[in-house]
This record gives sequence, structure tokens and C-alpha cells, in this order.
Amino acid sequence: MTAPRNGFHAARWNEPLIQDLSEPGARGLLPGAVEPAIRAGAGDALARVPAHVRRAAPPALPEVTQHRVVRHFTRLAQMTMGFDVTTDMMGTCTMKYSPKVHEHIVRAARLADVHPGQDPETLQGVLAILYRFNRMMCAIAGMDEFTFQPASGAQGIYTNACLIRAYHAARGELGRRDEIITTAFSHPADAATPHVAGFKVITLMPGPQGYPELAALEAAVSPRTAGLMLTNPEDTGQYNPAIRAFVERVHAVGGLCAYDQANGNPLLGIARAGDAGFDLCQFNLHKTFSAPHGAIGLGCAAVGVKEPLRRFLPRPVVTLDGTRYGLDDDRPDAIERIRAFLGNVPTVVKAYAWVMSLGTEGLRAVAETAVLNNNYLLANIRRIKGVAIPWPENTAPKLEQVRYSWEPLHNDTGVTTMEIEQRMVDYGVQHYMPSHVPVLVPQPFTIEPGESLTIEEMDHMIATLRAIAAEAYEEPEVVHHAPHHASVARVDDGIANDPATWAFTHRALAKKRAAWSKPRSAAAKRHAGY
Amino acid sequence: MPPRVGVVVNPIAGLGGRVGLKGTDGVEVVARALALGAVPRAGARMAEALAALRARRRDVAIVSGDDAHDPVGGTNAADTIVAARVLAEAGVDLLLFAGGDGTARDILTAVGDRVPVLGVPAGVKMHSAVFAASPRAAADLAAAFFAGDAALAELEVMDLDEEAYRAGRVSARLYGFVRGPYRRDLVQGVKVGGVAGETAALDGLAAEVASRLGPGTPAILGPGTTMRAVAEALGAAKTLLGVDLVRDGRVIAVDAAEADLLRALATAEDARLIVAPIGGQGHILGRGNQQVSSEVIRRVGLDRLIVAATPAKLASLHHQALRVDTGDSGLDRALAGYRRVVTGRGAEAVCRVVA
Amino acid sequence: MAAFEHPYVPNASAGPRRRLLDALGIADVEALYAAIPADLRVKGVLDLPAPLPAEQDLRRHVAELIEQNRGAGDLLIFRGAGCWPHHVPALCDEITGRGEFLTAYAGGTYSDHGKNQAVFEFQSLIGALVGLDVVTPPTYDAAGAANSALRAACRVTGRSGIVVPALMNPDRLEQMRGFVRPTAQPRAVRQDPATGQLDLADLEAKLGPDVGAVFLEQPGFLGTIETQGAAIAERVHAAGAMLVVGVDPLSLGVLAAPSDWGADFVTGDIQPLGIHMHAGGGCAGFIATRDEARLVAELPTTLISAAPAEGGGVGFAWSTPERTSYDTRHEATDYYGTTQWLWGIGAAVYLSLLGPKGLAELGEVIMQRSLYAARAVARVPGVRVPHLDRPFFKEFVVTFDKPGATVTAINRALLAHGIVGGHDVSRLWSGGPAMLMCVTETHDRAAIDRLAAALAEVLS
Repeated sequence: MTAPRNGFHAARWNEPLIQDLSEPGARGLLPGAVEPAIRAGAGDALARVPAHVRRAAPPALPEVTQHRVVRHFTRLAQMTMGFDVTTDMMGTCTMKYSPKVHEHIVRAARLADVHPGQDPETLQGVLAILYRFNRMMCAIAGMDEFTFQPASGAQGIYTNACLIRAYHAARGELGRRDEIITTAFSHPADAATPHVAGFKVITLMPGPQGYPELAALEAAVSPRTAGLMLTNPEDTGQYNPAIRAFVERVHAVGGLCAYDQANGNPLLGIARAGDAGFDLCQFNLHKTFSAPHGAIGLGCAAVGVKEPLRRFLPRPVVTLDGTRYGLDDDRPDAIERIRAFLGNVPTVVKAYAWVMSLGTEGLRAVAETAVLNNNYLLANIRRIKGVAIPWPENTAPKLEQVRYSWEPLHNDTGVTTMEIEQRMVDYGVQHYMPSHVPVLVPQPFTIEPGESLTIEEMDHMIATLRAIAAEAYEEPEVVHHAPHHASVARVDDGIANDPATWAFTHRALAKKRAAWSKPRSAAAKRHAGY
Repeated sequence: MPPRVGVVVNPIAGLGGRVGLKGTDGVEVVARALALGAVPRAGARMAEALAALRARRRDVAIVSGDDAHDPVGGTNAADTIVAARVLAEAGVDLLLFAGGDGTARDILTAVGDRVPVLGVPAGVKMHSAVFAASPRAAADLAAAFFAGDAALAELEVMDLDEEAYRAGRVSARLYGFVRGPYRRDLVQGVKVGGVAGETAALDGLAAEVASRLGPGTPAILGPGTTMRAVAEALGAAKTLLGVDLVRDGRVIAVDAAEADLLRALATAEDARLIVAPIGGQGHILGRGNQQVSSEVIRRVGLDRLIVAATPAKLASLHHQALRVDTGDSGLDRALAGYRRVVTGRGAEAVCRVVA
Repeated sequence: MAAFEHPYVPNASAGPRRRLLDALGIADVEALYAAIPADLRVKGVLDLPAPLPAEQDLRRHVAELIEQNRGAGDLLIFRGAGCWPHHVPALCDEITGRGEFLTAYAGGTYSDHGKNQAVFEFQSLIGALVGLDVVTPPTYDAAGAANSALRAACRVTGRSGIVVPALMNPDRLEQMRGFVRPTAQPRAVRQDPATGQLDLADLEAKLGPDVGAVFLEQPGFLGTIETQGAAIAERVHAAGAMLVVGVDPLSLGVLAAPSDWGADFVTGDIQPLGIHMHAGGGCAGFIATRDEARLVAELPTTLISAAPAEGGGVGFAWSTPERTSYDTRHEATDYYGTTQWLWGIGAAVYLSLLGPKGLAELGEVIMQRSLYAARAVARVPGVRVPHLDRPFFKEFVVTFDKPGATVTAINRALLAHGIVGGHDVSRLWSGGPAMLMCVTETHDRAAIDRLAAALAEVLS
């Protein structure tokens, strides 16, 4: 049996803050001087700025040598558990291998040092990739047109909400259609973004099988329904087989249906949003399509629509006129731009390269393997003492992830899912994702293995969870007080949540650090303005 | 300062359950339970909780209230009340008690909302929201409270009428509220602030409900903190435990009984009935608000019922359905199914209701 | 389905796939898809191009496409308007290319201590530039940051009206219109085209009792520098509204921090701070404000706080997540998701390298080069630089006297000279064809002289 990684200790450099490394006079980079001709021609350009508008004192940036800056950030990198370093099965995040060749491709000067406003004649490569990938995404999703402008899944879902708003506004129905229906186990953005776009939000709670029943939707739909926005499978990994009936019911009252494919990895080549009748959808290119998660960025959502909604897609839209690609900026019905320019172009290039590497057979292999891996984990994790699987009556296989529960373990030992999460780091694996809100599963943890990992790596994760569960029963103190081998000792995060002590910048820290040592009562924190 | 935990154990709690008696209230029941071979277990449950708490917080100081009890003879509610009062006056930071709903009622009587209270489950009946799921879960919650990771909330103390219960009838009453540590189920880094954020959520919910009541509409408001917030949004001050009738920002019937409600409804065609889930089991009708009888509900009309609950309250039920138990099975069936629940400003959830 | 050999999908190979199927006691993966109704299943294969599984084939294919672009290595780019050609230090690429950062995601206090410290340092370094104690991690872009700040200011003030400068970046204004649509229609305050200065009288007229937030750009979209900042802030505050200022952070080595003259929120784009343009993918924003709980409560993003670690060190924790839609869904007032943190790490490297002296020197270099360029261009017959006698930063308006001239035509002609001319601002300028020219530290004398010569030829 595979053993957990005992004896691990993360790098712990105790690296000071960069501003505390400052040595007066040290230079990291020289901006250089202008040529004498320019000095002569321009004179003292700064003197033209009135004194009161000029910066009086230089900003409190550090003065550090270039080599020390290299070391500093390299050490910080070493204290970060990226997917390149270790196993990360955070549920709902679709962690997977981001091919290195993509990084080398996008560093090309003719991509990196290109201005988005250049004449399309000089952007033919970028536009070709955007255009071709648009057609590829249409094939993958069963849609008619995509935009890649949104810079994250949440922004993609927001784009869906804006498109729904524009559609009803164009029909003069926006005023009386003000409700968006979502589900409790859809991504929080499926509820948050329609709210930001001005809609009321109706959340369907799960039924006995763990996903909402059609009867729940029945209680929600009305002539006020503007649309349905959901994930399927939901965060539980459970696929709602009545999805087409959901779509039909919403269409029957005049609403639109948006399929958030945040959990779309198991469906590539298997089932398409368009075939289920959805009018809109969105995919996370930085997750499902292998572009790296970038330490929480650079995201990109591919937002796809059916023909009737094409005219609402934000400008510019890439066009192909025979052999040359262009940008259509004249779109009178379009929703307002969602993000500057063309979005996160390098992320699209990486997604394009990934699909080009795998092809249709490969995408299906990705989906099937992600599902196979997940069910292998499920079969093993469910045997760990203290684990429960919610909705045991639902015996359908889970797709790409599972929301598990440590409730039995918590009731037996008092150990919480958050403590186990922190203990995982001691074994040299990235911790799991507990749950999105609302937390309907007690002591939840959500694991999504993806398709990139080997059986040995999965066995290692299983062994790690089993070892920690055993610790919870046998020596819970070890888990309570974890982590012990991380890059930093235990942190009092209450400090980070109290307005009197939180510090979001070095300058705030300088003022507030003294307050860290003052005793804080729970009452003081509670009434702190939050 | 090390936190001080006051401990009260009702040694006879739970005696009845092990031997098939429904509850342990009353001297005769204790005697019967012991005669049937019941072994007191509340002490062991408390010991388990304290050991687990010590494992997290070595500095915790434990102040015992056990001396007030005699596990075999003469144990009664008065002992629990005396012990709890002594500890409250001693200024403990948290009163940890082991028992069931009966014990929780005694604690309520003794300390009200003067000291934070947390229940170690050891009874037969545990409908009150003050109980943790297990002794070790109680230890976890207590530790979180001392660490500032759990705030205080008003938690329901409920109990069944044991005579009726043993006779096969369920009749739960809401006896009041204690203040106890409360924590939203933890997700990444959610801290105490999330709980205070609950106030804003409640305000939004109350405003939404209030906006649905037209001028002149009488509203029957059920018990609890959610309905108190709704009353405030309507400009009225309602009783926490009672069912009140409010119209145009004025309370026109305080702590109304069924007869009062029926009388008021006789002249009001357009009344609304507004209720929130009570306790940890999600009852919206029939437990804790029996004044709102089946006849009252029918008189108001099912389509004029508004259910309201904050998202956190719904989440605390985990994925359980809402429940109705009006004593009128036909009405219960009519209420069952899926129902919209107001959860905030411009926000609703669709919840399953089961009889 | 058959086994599939590919390095990205190890368990699709025959051996591991068989082991997994056997472990689950199933003959085929189809059994795991039982929940998906047959009529929703894809029949056959997706219509996709034939794959290029060999790395050299894939690389050649994508590289050949990219090589069809022309970029700063081929062209002289005098285009800014929201994405600017600046020098990117090698170390910025080196660090943002580190696999640990690149492939990290949502790890927390312990697993991603280094990522959190780097982003805390980003917050700190931006805080030093803008003179404020609270700074968010990178947001989507400058407009997104301004939008969130404007709606936050409206919530704080309990009002809905939003006032913007008439000559603001039209693309950003478009993003703003979309975002504030449910609550407001931005109203424009006149800016004097001759100077770029906000019309204070018009500002006062527009500052009705419903106005919650006023937006200002410094430098202005057209490169001009607003000199009445304090007077503007005073009027905004007197009317009970809040002031949101959008900055070019690179200008803050030479220009006063807006917080010094009264800004309540400062926003901007960090692409100039060591991030390649990436055809616009380099954009990323930030929001900064004062350390007041009521203001922090309205920020929609993750915030990384320093916090004490056992033993005396400093660690990092995500603060008050209940502000964000991750935590409270539609109860939150804004939405939040994956943003642009990697560029924040790049910007932190950049500001660490440059230091206080470097930033001030760089600001001066940019002002000198752009002034030299403006004068050189203004000497071309038929070309005017209306703000030549006013201070500007990095960008300036160029207008053309030639009858019938269009910016599109001029830029097309410039392209034949290997030059990307300025952004077309004719509609905003409304005084004939006008372009917004951008000159940075990357444009040496030869480049600028080439621009002037090419313009002369194009217009002759």
C-alpha cells in the first residue's frame, strides 16, 4: 500500500518582506538616461508640472539589488505548492497539468509584445487563433459563436447574465422579467453575477438525490423568469438527469438557459450544452482547457451562445473575410465590453494548443479518465473511517468530483475538516477544497482528481487522507495543531479579520503591528464593524 | 486570560432513552429507568467533551457545578438551576452543560441570556438548537468560541410535552432563547465576521418581507429572531417567543393565542402568515408555534403563507427539508412539496417541505 | 472506448485504464456515465481539426500562426490608450514563469505562503505608490477596478449617481456603463479640451444630492495632468460624494499620490509595471482605499492580511471573505473570481527592482521622451499637438490639418513605414482627426525621429 509522504518539510526561509530588505542606495534596475539630444530638445519636462502636482517625497519602495530580488521571489516561489510541485486535487478547481510547451509558445515576442490596438493586418496570427478556436469551441459545446473576452469564470458567468439582460431588454421584457433561477450547488458566481446585473436570485435547494427536482423548478418558474443559470454536474459531482426538462420548462415561460461549464471537464466529447437546449454557456479555459491557474489569474472564460444571441456578444468579434481576419467593432446590439481589449489572449492560445494536441479522441479520453479517476478515489476514500458520502440513496456514479463529509469523524473526534485541510500540507500535498457556500454538507471536503495524475499519485492522496483520519482518532492534538511542517508556523488569522489589527500593506503593518500584542476579546472582534 | 468553563451535568439525562422511555422528566421516570437497568451517561459525555477541549486548549479552566447534583436520589430541575446560577455569578466565560431539552430549559430558567451556553448532547430529546452534534463537536465549538472564531447567537430552547410524547403525541414548545456559540460551517477562513454579517442578511430579509405587505395588511408573525427582525422592519416591536399580529407597523395582538388569531382573522380577508424555521430540525409550522393552528393556517390561506429564513439558517439545516406538523394531516399534505422561501433582499430559495 | 496514449492523460493508456476499471469492477467507463440520458450524449466525434500530439508538430503549428503577427520587435509602437509598450525586465518574466507560481491556485495560508507573501508585497508596493493603506490583489483590469470602486462608493454614501470626466477613456466608459447599468447612468462633467482640466463649475452643477461617486483620471485619458485635484476633491466631498481616481501607477514616481489631494479610492492598471502587452492580456487592475472598516467592507476581492505566526514571524491570511461573492453568493454586493494575480507578482518584482529612485527617474525619462516626441511631431507641417504647452505624461493628442485626412488612413500609411500610430480619438476630440500618441522609455531618439519623418512623408 502506498504510504503518505512522511518526513516532509516545506521550505521555510523566513523570508522578510521585500520592503524590509531595503538598503539605501541599492539599485535593482536602471531606467537609463535619455540621449543628450532629447534632453536638449525636451528640457526639464518635469518642471512643467506645477509643484503641487509633483510628488514631494519618493514612494516608500525598497532599494534592493537585482540579485537579492531574484533570491527573494525565488524563495517565495519555493514556498508555494503549485501543481508543478505537488498533487493538488482541489475540488471545483479542475487542477491539471499545464503543458510547458504552451508557456514557451506564448513567450514569443510576436505574441507578448503585441498591442491589441494594432491594425488587424499585423494581428493575423492572434486573430487566426481566436477565430479557429471559436469554431472549435462551437463544436465542443454545440454553440454558434463564442467570445473569449471575460477574464475569469465568474466574469464569464457575469457575461451570461448581461447577455440574458440584453436579450430581454431588446424584447422590451426586462422590466417584467427580473428573476434568475440557480441551484444551491452551482458555483457562487451563478448567484452573485445575476444579482450584480440587477436580477433577483432564486436558489433551488437540493432534493433527496442531492440535486434539485423538477418540482422545485416548477415552484420557481413564472412569467418573471429571465433565465436559469447553473452547473451540471453540480459541485457534488452529481449530474442532474432531468436537465433537458429543466431547460424546456424555463423556455416554456420565456426564459433563457445558461450552462455554467465550470464542472465541464467530464463532459468533453460526451455531452454538449447546445444539445441539451441551452442558449448560453461558459467554460474556464484556465481550468478545463489546461491554461495554468496563475496563482489566481490569468483566467479566461469562453462564453458561447446560440444564434439568436450572437448579436449581443461584446465587441470586437473576430471575423474572417475569405483569407484575412478582421475585428468587427460595429455592433449596435452588443452588450458593453466586459474586459479591456480582447481578454487574456495568451490563455486562449494555450487552450487552443491543448485542444490541438489532443483532438476529439483526446478530449473524450480526458473526460473519461477524469471520471474514472474520480470514481477510483471515491471507492477508496469512502472506506476511510470517519468519511460519509452525502445522499447515500443516490447510487449513480459521481462524475468528476465528490463532495465528501467528515461528519462522522468530527462527531467522533472533534477534529474539523479545516484542521484536516491544514494537516495535509504537512504531508507535502496541496490541501483540498472544503466547499463553496452554502455549506449544506457538514464538515465538507471536495476532491477532483482531474485526468493528469497517475494511479500512484491518487493512491498517495488516499493514503494521506487515511493517515490523517487515523491521527484524528488516535492523536487528535496532532491534527488540531497542524500544520507542523509548513512554510510558516501557525498563523493567528483572527488578526486578519479584526479592523484594529488587520494589515493589508507594509505601511499599515508598520502602524498596526503594535496592536497585535494587545489582548483581543471575542466580543471586541464581533463588534468590530463587520 | 485563560477561558473559564462552567460545567453542569444532569446525571439522569438520557436515562430514559436507553431503556425505551421517551425522556427522563419526573421522579417516577427516573426510578423506572434505573429499575430497567439504565446507566447514567451524561457524566461520561461531559468528561469526553472536556478531555477533547483540553486537547485543544490546555489553558482552559474548568469550574464544576456537579456538587449540586445527586445522581441517584433527589435529582431535580432545581439542582440544575442552582448550579447554573452559581456558575453564572462566578463569571464563567461559557456554561457547558450535559443533558437534553429538559436540562436546556432549566439552564434557560437559571441564566437566561446572561452567560453563553453550550449543550453537550446527553438527553433523549434534543430539539433545542443549543446542542452540539456530539461531545467532541461541542469541544470543537467551545474552542472556536474561545479563539474568537465563533460568535454568539440566540438559540432556541425547545421541549416536548413529555406526557404527550410518551402517549405518542408530539407537541413541541418554544420555551425561549439562550445565547450560545454559533458558527457557520467553516469554509476557507470564514471567521467571526461572517456571523455579524448575518445581521445584514437578516436586515435584507426583513426588508424584503416587509415590502411584500401592503398597507392595511394584517400579518401574523411567528416566534423567533427572524420574525422579530421582520417586525422591526415593519416598525413594530414583537415578542420573541410569542405569535403577534401586526398591521401598519402596529402590534395589534401580543402573544396571541389561537383564539385571538381566529378572532382577528374573522374580520381580515387579506391577512398574511409569516413564519421562519424553528430549531435545528427545520419546522416551520406545528412546533414551537402551535398557536398557529391548522384552522388559523386554513383561514389565512396557503397561498398567503410567507416562509423566511436567511441563507445561513437554511444551510444550518444541511440538506434537510423544511417540516410541517400541524396535527392536521390533510393540511400537512397540502403544505408539503416545494415552496419559495424569502432569504434576503431580492432573493428566494425553493425548499422542499415535508410533513 | 479504446485506450489512448497521450502524455497529458496517463490513465487513458491501456494498462492503467484496465487497472482502474478492474478496481471499480466495471467493464467499461460507460457505466460511470449512467446518469446522462442517452439523448444528450454526443453521437460520434466532435468536428475538430486533426490533432498534433507530437510536441514539435504542435509547437511549429502554433508558432507559425503567431509568427504572422508583428509586434514591438518588428514595429515601432506608439499606441497606448489602456495598454502600453514599456520595457519588461527579464526578471519579471523569470518570476512569473516560475512553475510554482504559474500553476498555483487557491492554496491558503500554509500551502501557498510564498504566493500570499508575494501578493501581500504587491498590495504593499502599490500602497506605497498611491499612499494608501488598503490595496486589493490584482483585479481584472483598470475599468473593472474603477467600476467596483464606484459602486462601493455609492453604497458607502447611500446614493446611486455617478459622475465621470467627459474626456475619459471611451472603452473604459463603455465597461462602466455596462457595470453600473442596474443602478446608474454615468453623467459627464465637461473637461476643457484645450487644457484637459475638469470644469469646476460644471462639476458643481452635476454634483446633485443623488451623486455618490465621482471618477477622475490622472493623468487624463488624453495624457493631460489635472492640476486642480484638491479643489475637485473638496467639491466632491462637500457634496457628500466620494472621489475615485484612476491612475497610471508608473506616473507616481513623479506625480503626487491622489490620496494626498483627497482621493477616497485609487484604481489603475498595472500592465505598465513589468507586464507584456500580450495583445491586451497584460492588463490587470487594483483598488486602493483608506484603512476604514466601512470602506474595506465594500471591497469585492480577496484581501491578504499580514498576521502573526507562532514564534514571532509573519504569516498571511485571507481577510474577511464574507465581503466576497465566494462566501456570500448573491448577498455580496459585487462578484469576484479568478483574477490576474500572476501579473501582480510580476508588478511586485518590477517595483522591487525599480525602487524609489528608479521609478522617479523612469517617470522623468518618459516625460522627456514624450515631450521631445511631441515637439518633433508638432514640427511636421499640418500636425498640431494641442497640449504642447501643457504638462502631460506619456501620451498626447496629435491633430491633423490636412483636409479629408482620417486617422485610419494615416495609421495605415504609417504602418507601411513600420510604425503603429496613435489611437484614434477623433470622436472624443470632435475637432477633426485626432490620435493619441504614446511615447515611453522604449522609444529612443532614433525611433521618435523616424516617427516624425514618417508622419511628414505620410502627410506630404
